[in-house]
Amino acid sequence: MISLDLTSALPEVFLACAAMVLLMLGVFRRAGSTRLVLVLTVVVLAVALLLIVFSPDDRALAFNGLFVTDNFTAYMKVLVLLGAALTIGMSLGYIEREQMDRFEFPVLMLFATLGMLAMVSANDLISLYLGLELQSLSLYVITAFRRDTVRSSEAGLKYFVLGALSSGMLLYGSSMVYGFAGSTNFEALAEVLAADLAFDRTPSLGLIVGLVFLLAGLAFKVSAVPFHMWTPDVYEGAPTPVTAFLASAPKVAAMALIVRVMVGPFGDLFEQWQQIVVVISIGSMVLGAFAAINQTNIKRLMAYSSIGHMGYVLVGLAAGTEAGVLGIVVYLAIYLIMNIGTFACILCMSQEGRMVERIEDLKGLGKSNPLMALAMTILMFSMAGIPPLAGFFGKYFVFLAAIEAGLYALAVIGVLASVVGAFYYVRIVKLMYFEEPAEVLDRPIGAVLRLMITGTSLAMVLFLLVAGPVVGGAGAAAAALFAG
Amino acid sequence: MILQALAFYLFAFVAVASGVMVISSRNPVHSVLFLILAFFNGAGLFVLMGAEFLAMILVVVYVGAVAVLFLFVVMMLDINYVEMRKGFLQYLPVGGLIGLILLVELTFVVGAWVAAPAAGTVASIPIAPPEQVHNTRALGNVIYTDYIYLFQAAGLVLLVAMVGAIVLTLRQREGVRRQSIAGQIGRKRADSIELKDVPRGSGV
Repeated sequence: MISLDLTSALPEVFLACAAMVLLMLGVFRRAGSTRLVLVLTVVVLAVALLLIVFSPDDRALAFNGLFVTDNFTAYMKVLVLLGAALTIGMSLGYIEREQMDRFEFPVLMLFATLGMLAMVSANDLISLYLGLELQSLSLYVITAFRRDTVRSSEAGLKYFVLGALSSGMLLYGSSMVYGFAGSTNFEALAEVLAADLAFDRTPSLGLIVGLVFLLAGLAFKVSAVPFHMWTPDVYEGAPTPVTAFLASAPKVAAMALIVRVMVGPFGDLFEQWQQIVVVISIGSMVLGAFAAINQTNIKRLMAYSSIGHMGYVLVGLAAGTEAGVLGIVVYLAIYLIMNIGTFACILCMSQEGRMVERIEDLKGLGKSNPLMALAMTILMFSMAGIPPLAGFFGKYFVFLAAIEAGLYALAVIGVLASVVGAFYYVRIVKLMYFEEPAEVLDRPIGAVLRLMITGTSLAMVLFLLVAGPVVGGAGAAAAALFAG
Repeated sequence: MILQALAFYLFAFVAVASGVMVISSRNPVHSVLFLILAFFNGAGLFVLMGAEFLAMILVVVYVGAVAVLFLFVVMMLDINYVEMRKGFLQYLPVGGLIGLILLVELTFVVGAWVAAPAAGTVASIPIAPPEQVHNTRALGNVIYTDYIYLFQAAGLVLLVAMVGAIVLTLRQREGVRRQSIAGQIGRKRADSIELKDVPRGSGV
């Protein structure tokens, strides 16, 4: 019997308590506490990050086997916390300017982050679901946070209805899996399925249907094709810092969850889920590349871009090997930083104090703000995957894993899709440097955003210098998943 | 024994019949009342199984709180059900088709259903026999000891739901009169009472 071991869940317990304290602080201090609560939220996230970095590396179970920590969860949690802290930090200027500075905003983001950590550490179908709901519910609310604008409330409602549907599918799948295996615990599931497959080679139909529903529910959360319909509308309608948040940390957490569920308990059903992952991966890469071409709104463009990126990440999962998981982890790390940098640039897009989000508004940025244009160029080239920028290495690792696993067609389609995708990234660069502006963007852009943009674009250029620890850590994370 | 079987069939039949009435009655208030009847019969079934704690909880929580809340919502909200059913025929073919496909799939799944041979051995929380542990204690063990993490996580989900509902709906209106208890207590006689000498015959 595994005892209740709180120490390995210390970061989560700390985060939960801190979130409630901050909620109280905001309630009792009333107006004018937003800035304080937001700064404290970032501090809390940083402390949680340190707690994770300095926690022991070996695999540990807590709460009766419902909760697991190992190298994989530690790496993913660091990414999630980093993404959350950076996006919350850069939202301050926006929420004050747009009069949505209520203290609940950072607190709800903190709860969403807590949900993501719970997702990453889930070791049971029930803890998976509760983590997912904690995250999604907070995200629905902050998407609709500007309740007086039609677009924001519409985005929130759409996200909520479709999210509820996907949760329903996930639960339906889970109940079928439970009905087959008699347990929801990941280790017990793995044991039962392995024993069952050793007994006779054809897995039961009910189990496969359950697995498909489970995968569909999870694919919705990472917005993989064909469960991507909500993404462009929600990204466009949500306030820009919320979009930045949606596109970074939750994606990492949901992808970590998919990888753990597929490789862990369902590792023995690899042949069954591999074909599904291959199909949704191809779909996401192709749709992400082609549908983004015609977009005029930069947030919609980023939505399709994130769909495409999730497709590339799934290539690593389709390989189903340790190298594939390593590729996924490296890709997610790079994607996170790249995305935060790009959204920091988007948050700077204002003309005479009001936010603009058309791609045309970037025209002539090369003349009006050459440094920001340079940073944006670096980020766009990195998104397109042009060496020696960081984005290239992410794609390199996943495609390498796919080729090693013999998935040549998938790798070729992926490379072709990234060539098509490069078109719309380069188009933004062309607009910035080779077209005359109709109206210039505001300057100055604020110290926090300037720091973010500089930091992320430097990270893209100098990736080779930090590649050792990033890839090494990812290797340890992937090994932890395949150890059992 | 025969009495128990009779009671079971009575409860089961009334529960199913009132369930049918919940979805088929035209008046939403009647639906809620039938729902309450269904809850009562469910509670009766629990008693027959020896789960008296669950039965009481079902009556107290569902009948006492949830169903009454439903009743309030149905009575307070002026929902035009005719209007809501307008799109029904329009979506019926597509919805019916999807439902049919799912039904066929389900038949296949259930027809070929097998549980894994090892499933029985891993069932994580075995149910204690009612003779050894009375069921309040057994439930408490599961909720507050074995699944404490899930219990707390569910609590956080509910907290987020509450905060979210307040964030999205609460509006700070101007000119709302609120009770200020400190103000009421701290009020002096001189603030509110004024003595006037009224000359006779002339009014105030």
